[in-house]
Amino acid sequence: MKMRLTSVAAIGLLVGVSACSKNNDDLPPPPPPQETAATTPVAATPTPTDTVTNTVVPGSMEEFMQQAGTDTVYFAYDSSSLDGEARDTLTKQASWLTKYPNVRITIEGHADERGTREYNLALGERRANAIVTFMQQNGIGASRVTTISYGKERPAVEGSSESAYAQNRRGVTTLSGAAAS
Amino acid sequence: MMNGLTGATGRAVKPLAALFVLVAALITGPAAAQNLSVDINQGVSRPLPIAIPDFTTQQNVETPAGTTSSLGKRVAEVITNDLKSSGLFRPIDTLAFTTNVAYPDVLSPQFASWRTVAAQALVTGFAEAQSDGSVTIGCYLYDVFSEEVLVREGFNTPVRNWRRAAHKCADAVYSRLTGEAGYFDSRIVYISETGRATNRIKRLAIMDQDGANHRFLTNGQNLVLTPRFAPNQQTVAYLSYAQNRPRIYMYDVNTGQQRLVGNFPNMSFAPRFSPDGRTLAFSQSRGGNTDVYVMDVNGGNVRRLTNAPGIDTAPSFSPDGRRIAFESDRGGSQQIYVMNADGSGQRRISFGDGRYGTPVWSPRGDLIAMTKIGGGKFRIGVMRPDGSGERLLTDSWQDEGPTWSPNGRVIMFFRSRRGGGADLHSIDLTGINERRIPTPLEGSDPAWSPLLQ
Repeated sequence: MKMRLTSVAAIGLLVGVSACSKNNDDLPPPPPPQETAATTPVAATPTPTDTVTNTVVPGSMEEFMQQAGTDTVYFAYDSSSLDGEARDTLTKQASWLTKYPNVRITIEGHADERGTREYNLALGERRANAIVTFMQQNGIGASRVTTISYGKERPAVEGSSESAYAQNRRGVTTLSGAAAS
Repeated sequence: MMNGLTGATGRAVKPLAALFVLVAALITGPAAAQNLSVDINQGVSRPLPIAIPDFTTQQNVETPAGTTSSLGKRVAEVITNDLKSSGLFRPIDTLAFTTNVAYPDVLSPQFASWRTVAAQALVTGFAEAQSDGSVTIGCYLYDVFSEEVLVREGFNTPVRNWRRAAHKCADAVYSRLTGEAGYFDSRIVYISETGRATNRIKRLAIMDQDGANHRFLTNGQNLVLTPRFAPNQQTVAYLSYAQNRPRIYMYDVNTGQQRLVGNFPNMSFAPRFSPDGRTLAFSQSRGGNTDVYVMDVNGGNVRRLTNAPGIDTAPSFSPDGRRIAFESDRGGSQQIYVMNADGSGQRRISFGDGRYGTPVWSPRGDLIAMTKIGGGKFRIGVMRPDGSGERLLTDSWQDEGPTWSPNGRVIMFFRSRRGGGADLHSIDLTGINERRIPTPLEGSDPAWSPLLQ
């Protein structure tokens, strides 16, 4: 009797977990760690870092960010060329992705506001595609990758300064099917 | 909804209306006024003084839109605002009027008293309720000095459409005095914007040309961009990010129904109708390369028109449907090109300093409006279809996305502010009379409808 009850509970748990991970496919990636820290009052107090690094879940967005350093690469004005820094970042992203072949990625292409609407949509697509091509050269199959261009519609930062523009001309790698953090 | 307004040839007009419709047909002809006229090509420095007293009513009757007396007052306000907005007319302050217009004055104005307020033209008329629930707006234009009647027309419409009758009257006045078609009875579809730049909420919205009857068509859940009117004014093609896939959709303004157009694996965008409304020119991106295509409006019969490596986008048909203007960076920077509608004969037409984008062919066919990028600015300009005669009309920080009034005399566009935010503006083809178009929230990507039917 007791035994039976336990196994029912375990099945319930299993169902719960699988439903949860399925849902995660449709969810946007979790916010970057620093955002969580900013909204948590205790973040001001230094906590032992070893406990944090030890809890990074293999195959999670958190691990991806930790190993690649960033999900974002930047472009020069009206350009879709990948510079050394971008290639370095994408190489690290690709090497993490190689370890988790079930993770799919979407490459977002973005432009700064100094282009007309339609042109920037095409430019964002061109940037996203430059990243896809580089990923393919590093072993990430085309079937795992989709692109979406936002043109100048989703700047990372507000403002009309050179610094804002530089941060907005970007390609962002988003994961789906990554492990929950 | 767009129907139900009948002009001089309309059905079921009442005897009185029928009478003056008949008279109107005799009096108003294609010829422009001989004595009184407005030259719209010079950039009017002294707009024509025009008196537009409240429209009167013979019998004050209650209607669903208020009494006919109050309707008459509002009709005059709509006409006043239309004519003033053109920059070609200077409506005389109603406080200057000493004359209270009664019904007989509409048919036989007291010209001497209008001369005392220095009016050169007089727009007067009446609102009359009909037994079938419609309203007739009588519209008269007089030359105050020659005492000649220049326009005498009646517009019969369901009461809820009374503003359209007022716009039709303003169009008749504009047309008679300028010799050009009017543009006041038209609508604007645009993108309403609100929120921070990093998470902007964008909604498809529609309004009359003067900002009245504003209504949101989408709820802001999906990013939407670049709406374009079909020639029938009932359908709007636009870009939506529904399901995180930027693709072209059609919106039926009357039914509110939306449908996806075509089925492409990649981003499809920048839609624009052919003049016969049967074809959409658009762009599609494949492998980072963007080209111009055309397809039937049901999504079938897709044909690729360009194949240069690079960005070919923002196609716009000539009004005869035989050519397409578009932008391309195939030569190293964004420039304007023209080709035949089958893709043959592609050639660059913009050769000035800087970059050029968003070409839009004038409904008259004689000019292409565009956005010129240079010197840290976006400016609205025009050039002939062969690239000659380039002329910049605006000089602000970032003006983009021109659209033509139905008569090709006015260009609407959107103006972005440094640091964020955008609003709709318009400017006369002469480069004067720049105006901000009021919208409930901020706005971008305007598209002007053809004249309503």
